[in-house]
Amino acid sequence: MTAARALLDIKGVETYYGNIRALSGVDVAVNEGEIVALIGANGAGKSTLMMTIFGTPRARRGTITFAGTDITDLPTHEIARLRIAQSPEGRRIFPRMTVMENLQMGASLDNLKYYDEDVEKVFTLFPRLKERIAQRGGTLSGGEQQMLSIGRALMARPKLLLLDEPSLGLAPLIVKQIFDAIRELNRTQGLTVFLVEQNAFGALKLATRGYVMVNGVVTMSGTGKDLLANPEVRAAYLEGGRH
Amino acid sequence: MANIAQAMRDETATPIQRGLKEALYGGAISFGLFFLFIGLRTDQNISNELILVPRWGLLAIVVGLVMVVRFFYVAYAQPFMARQKIVNVTSGLLPDSVATRFFRLPYFIAALVIAVALLVFAGSLDGIFGPALAGYMRFFRALAIIYALASVLFYFRTFISAHFSALGIGVLVAYPIVVVLVLTLINGSMASGFQGSLKWVDNFGIQILIYVMLAWGLNIVVGLAGLLDLGYVAFYAVGAYAYALLATHLGWSFWILLPVAGIMAAFWGVMLGFPVLRLRGDYLAIVTLAFGEIIRLVLINWREVTNGAAGISGIPKVSFFGLMSFNVSDPNYIAKVLDIAQSGAYYKIFLYYLILGLALLTAFVTIRLRRMPVGRAWEALREDEIACRSLGINTTTTKLTAFATGAMFGGFAGSFFAARQGFVSPESFVFLESAIILAIVVLGGMGSLVGIAVAAAVMIGGTEILREMEFLKVVFGPDFTPELYRMLLFGMAMVIVMLWKPRGFVGSREPTAFLHERKAISSSFTKEGHG
Ligand SMILES: Nc1ncnc2c1ncn2[C@@H]1O[C@H](COP(=O)(O)OP(=O)(O)OP(=O)(O)O)[C@@H](O)[C@H]1O
Ligand SMILES: [Mg+2]
Repeated sequence: MTAARALLDIKGVETYYGNIRALSGVDVAVNEGEIVALIGANGAGKSTLMMTIFGTPRARRGTITFAGTDITDLPTHEIARLRIAQSPEGRRIFPRMTVMENLQMGASLDNLKYYDEDVEKVFTLFPRLKERIAQRGGTLSGGEQQMLSIGRALMARPKLLLLDEPSLGLAPLIVKQIFDAIRELNRTQGLTVFLVEQNAFGALKLATRGYVMVNGVVTMSGTGKDLLANPEVRAAYLEGGRH
Repeated sequence: MANIAQAMRDETATPIQRGLKEALYGGAISFGLFFLFIGLRTDQNISNELILVPRWGLLAIVVGLVMVVRFFYVAYAQPFMARQKIVNVTSGLLPDSVATRFFRLPYFIAALVIAVALLVFAGSLDGIFGPALAGYMRFFRALAIIYALASVLFYFRTFISAHFSALGIGVLVAYPIVVVLVLTLINGSMASGFQGSLKWVDNFGIQILIYVMLAWGLNIVVGLAGLLDLGYVAFYAVGAYAYALLATHLGWSFWILLPVAGIMAAFWGVMLGFPVLRLRGDYLAIVTLAFGEIIRLVLINWREVTNGAAGISGIPKVSFFGLMSFNVSDPNYIAKVLDIAQSGAYYKIFLYYLILGLALLTAFVTIRLRRMPVGRAWEALREDEIACRSLGINTTTTKLTAFATGAMFGGFAGSFFAARQGFVSPESFVFLESAIILAIVVLGGMGSLVGIAVAAAVMIGGTEILREMEFLKVVFGPDFTPELYRMLLFGMAMVIVMLWKPRGFVGSREPTAFLHERKAISSSFTKEGHG
């Protein structure tokens, strides 16, 4: 690992909910231009790590650096302005706003020079959203909301994109489409992606590298291929799943 | 519902039979309910002892009324409403809607004739019919006028709903002129036309517009940013006292003090905003409520400055942009400058246009802000605070700007209020005012400017109209003061609107972002995208 030059460097992070420790000393590095997958069982702390990067909740110990800046104690909105975008767990789209307005909210921090272009890109990625352009976010189907959440994150022209279970609730065809889209964005625009997935097979196949998290600690890491071949990983996260 | 279950069980009973039965139930329930409330009253006799005064007559009237209303509702209104939904078997059409049956040309002409006739003989009504009957005739005339107006509105309904905002502004601008002209025609002289217009312009026009402006200001905080503020009247008070104090002590003009009052109110908006940044929903509501009360108590107790509960009087009038004055004693009094007859109506009409301008400014700013990043951030904040932050929105400044902007318009309205009344006291800034303003925002449909304006007109106009209902004295005796029942009307209207339209008059939100479809999507772009 080239930790010194990593775009996102998480070192020894501990996060608590009240007195309950959800993360106990997590080390993760995401290098520029990589797709990194994080897999683990329910309640392992994957979403907590995603949110800790954004400072809600804050890490009690350890440091998080992004592009050389220590963001451990930065206010959430300033972290976002460093061009880290997120499609969080539970999607968190704005239910009373239209699809268009939701997308606009994603772009609001940037200058609007690329706005039209970016909107078109999102619609090319998810043509379904274009059909629903004036519909309120809250009335979209679950999968459509997921698309909107990812689309909104992309509107920020992020350097680093955090995706918490992007395949949740989507039909297999759309999942494939989204994974293809992530790969495409990574290849053509060098977008760095850090994603959490339950669909371990798909995620590890897509990822440059992967991490396995158990009970708030990273227990294993390696290239996507290695992890896919690893018998422990196979037993815990892949057997019985889709192959 | 009890009567639905009832209807299932005795399918065979005729509506009249069911009505009778339901009327009996209703009577029994209302007798039980009102026996203590209305049937008995505690009072003091001459030797200061507490005694019970029975009021069986009143109790009987109330219970009887409940029974009659219930009977007609179940026996006639319910079957009628059910019939409205049944398709005509032969034609396959729904029956004519109530509205099209209610508004018909012959009725319209009849109403017009009655209204005109009674208007022409307005002066001699008392002589012909005696005062009691004349009261009813005036009421009847009012109904005829309302019916005629409603028919016209109904006839043009599609056009009106398509151009509602423009028409509304047009009507508001023309309103004082029309009132003066109509009254001049009726009374035959320009002077009495102006004099008669006072009530309509001041009590209805200005009063309603003040509430429209306040509600539009609060709408920024509650409707857009979703911060439930129960102490909005505090900013109204800050604006009013800022103008009252600075104008009486320093003699500054309204036009300088208007922005000053706005800034001071905005400052207090930020002061309130800081401690409540982390609060939401019910907790926020309670703290803002306390804030409103604190400001009022400060106004009462800080006697050296605010003159306590006695308030501040002799607040100077607004000048006509410094060019003309509305004080009869001044050398540049408007009537002297323009060489016209003296009248207090000029000032009221001027104030009307002033508050109309201020209210429209509020609406304009709200509309513009909604399309700007800060306005969009307010709306996003209402929906999901965490999502806002992770999209790079500074929720602290967003909330503070919402409080400050809302408070600023409250401050403008407050300084206008002080200038209009010429007198301010803490009594004008009680919690009830905050509640009324909030009720207007909720009734209008949070966030909708048009809905809020309509709600303010209905609520405030409705309570003002109650004052005009002199004929009710004929029914309930000379001691009856209809305006005491205004809160009852307010409450009833709220319940009805909330049952009928749970999201307020205009429940839907106008989107602010649209797709600017570019003429040709560049080919390189289509290639690059994933399809
Ligand atoms: N707000 C909270 N308060 C208290 N405990 C929490 C809170 N959020 C999460 N937790 C706990 O922290 C642990 C980690 O949760 P987290 O949401 O990070 O899991 P996850 O790995 O994302 O799981 P999943 O795959 O089911 O989404 C869980 O035990 C959860 O119950
Ligand atoms: Mg999770």
